[in-house]
Amino acid sequence: MASREFLLKSTPMELLRQFPFLNSFFQGQTIDLERSKQSTLQEILLEMDESSQEDKAFDADHFLEQLLDFITQMQTFLGNDQLTVDSLTILPGHDKSGVPEHFTELLFRKSTITSIVGPTGSGKSRLLADIEWVAQGDTPTGRSILINNEKPSSDWRFASGKKLVAQLSQNMNFVMDLSVAEFLELHAKSRMVHNETEVIARIIAAANELAGEKFLPSSPITSLSGGQSRALMIADTAMLSSSPVVLIDEIENAGIDRKKALQLLVGEEKIVLMATHDPILALMADQRIIIRNGGIHAVIHTTEGEKAMLHELEEADRKLQQLRNMLRAGQVLSTT
Amino acid sequence: MNLITVSGPPSSGKTAVILKTAETLMQRGVKIGAVKFDCLHTDDDLAYEKAGIPVKKGLSGQLCPDHYFVSNIEAVLEWGLKENFDLLVSESAGLCNRCSPYIKEIKAICVIDNLSGINTPKKIGPMLRMADIVVITKGDIVSQAEREVFAARVHSVNPAAIVMNINGLTGQGAYELSTLLFSPDKHIDSLKGRKLRFSMPSALCSYCLGETRIGESYQMGNVRKINLNEN
Ligand SMILES: Nc1nc2c(ncn2[C@@H]2O[C@H](COP(=O)(O)OP(=O)(O)OP(=O)(O)O)[C@@H](O)[C@H]2O)c(=O)[nH]1
Ligand SMILES: [Mg+2]
Ligand SMILES: [Zn+2]
Ligand SMILES: [Zn+2]
Repeated sequence: MASREFLLKSTPMELLRQFPFLNSFFQGQTIDLERSKQSTLQEILLEMDESSQEDKAFDADHFLEQLLDFITQMQTFLGNDQLTVDSLTILPGHDKSGVPEHFTELLFRKSTITSIVGPTGSGKSRLLADIEWVAQGDTPTGRSILINNEKPSSDWRFASGKKLVAQLSQNMNFVMDLSVAEFLELHAKSRMVHNETEVIARIIAAANELAGEKFLPSSPITSLSGGQSRALMIADTAMLSSSPVVLIDEIENAGIDRKKALQLLVGEEKIVLMATHDPILALMADQRIIIRNGGIHAVIHTTEGEKAMLHELEEADRKLQQLRNMLRAGQVLSTT
Repeated sequence: MNLITVSGPPSSGKTAVILKTAETLMQRGVKIGAVKFDCLHTDDDLAYEKAGIPVKKGLSGQLCPDHYFVSNIEAVLEWGLKENFDLLVSESAGLCNRCSPYIKEIKAICVIDNLSGINTPKKIGPMLRMADIVVITKGDIVSQAEREVFAARVHSVNPAAIVMNINGLTGQGAYELSTLLFSPDKHIDSLKGRKLRFSMPSALCSYCLGETRIGESYQMGNVRKINLNEN
């Protein structure tokens, strides 16, 4: 473990060699640590006179403290990265009127899909917030969350870079001015993955599988069509997000293969939650949760009868899609 | 009474987050007051009033709003004590990226939004570096990857802070934040003798003092010239 004395005696170069992740920390500083490769931190800090510290809004003591914090946290983070989340369990609380929820426990395993239904304002956001905050009977619903069947560590609440839930919704857009490849590289760097190039190639290939029209690594992310953006977001979340739970808020049935998208997330061992009122999506799930008045009102396991119906619905959906395409192509409509 | 200081770039969602958080605290019977420090104009007082939160506003005019904050926070604290609030929230527009209104041992929250660009965390200085809690807003309109990259950037400039994602429109995450802001057994009765977390540079040049004329002979005090020869 690094100590203050150790840090002061090392040069930034030596520190970087021992802790490669410090790169991002050094880059975030206002002082130029790259240039002073020969001097130890001690020397660098002593050399800065008061006015140049003022200039750069720099506080040496605070800097050392933060550097120590950063190293400690990154070491735990990198060590914990292997710790996988196999399941999530909700223990019941109560609805807005204080009526207890009926289930004894609600289990979400990795590689399964749960759909969530209920009108807006019924408590879907609260449920999600309970999961994100790994509630321990200390939120308005009184629910508790277990991870791998155990009371989770408070790291899930407070450690940056360790968030339980990733979210995908219809309103989300890319806002950065980067190409697809640059963007994925940036994400991969922030996650510190080892096999960057390979992951990036896999994400682009998977996204192109999901989207109807293909895009290139060099395409600017802000120029992608709605379907392409959605496809890239899903592939990126599946393969590069650190969060074991993915919440999808209604995926539109346009420009993206929704079934494949869900299969991709499931294949990457995510716990998938999906807020939807679309019967096709809801029936692709293994179970569905009915939310009413702020509480979980019922849990329905998708029945065999429902699964059989799914085939009919998919067939009808396919026909409708075909008609849409014909319409767009200026043809006379007919079903075959 | 508890006191918290909330700061962050203009329009980052400070008021939205404070209002959503205050709502959950008020439901639990916590009496809240607010003060807004800004530079030239603010309508935030109306928003607080509408939410039933007594509010004062202070406009710094030609001064740095954070300097103005330090000279006035004691008086505002007294107002809060007189009104018997359980929690006094101070909102400051972080206009001067060099200063921050944070006081040692007084909870400091920085609100910053996902749309402000990934280099922003590096640019905004002590306001972010010295905060105890960093709230990131507007995650509802950017992608998961952008949220993760942004949070990682925040973490690299302030590894000690608790980082929370809050949606200022729906209030998702606000209840959770509220549990970190108020403790019934904490009492701030005076700020006398307390220290700022970070020094604020003083008025350095004649322009800080209101000079408007351009030209060598009007430049007084600590003036520094740009070097156009170096690259
Ligand atoms: N989409 C979205 N909009 C938000 C969010 N938080 C705040 N906003 C919007 O952003 C705008 C600015 O929010 P404010 O709360 O007024 O920001 P502020 O930081 O208090 O602004 P000043 O006090 O004027 O500096 C408003 O239109 C809010 O509705 C969020 O999480 N998502
Ligand atoms: Mg405001
Ligand atoms: Zn200032
Ligand atoms: Zn000046």
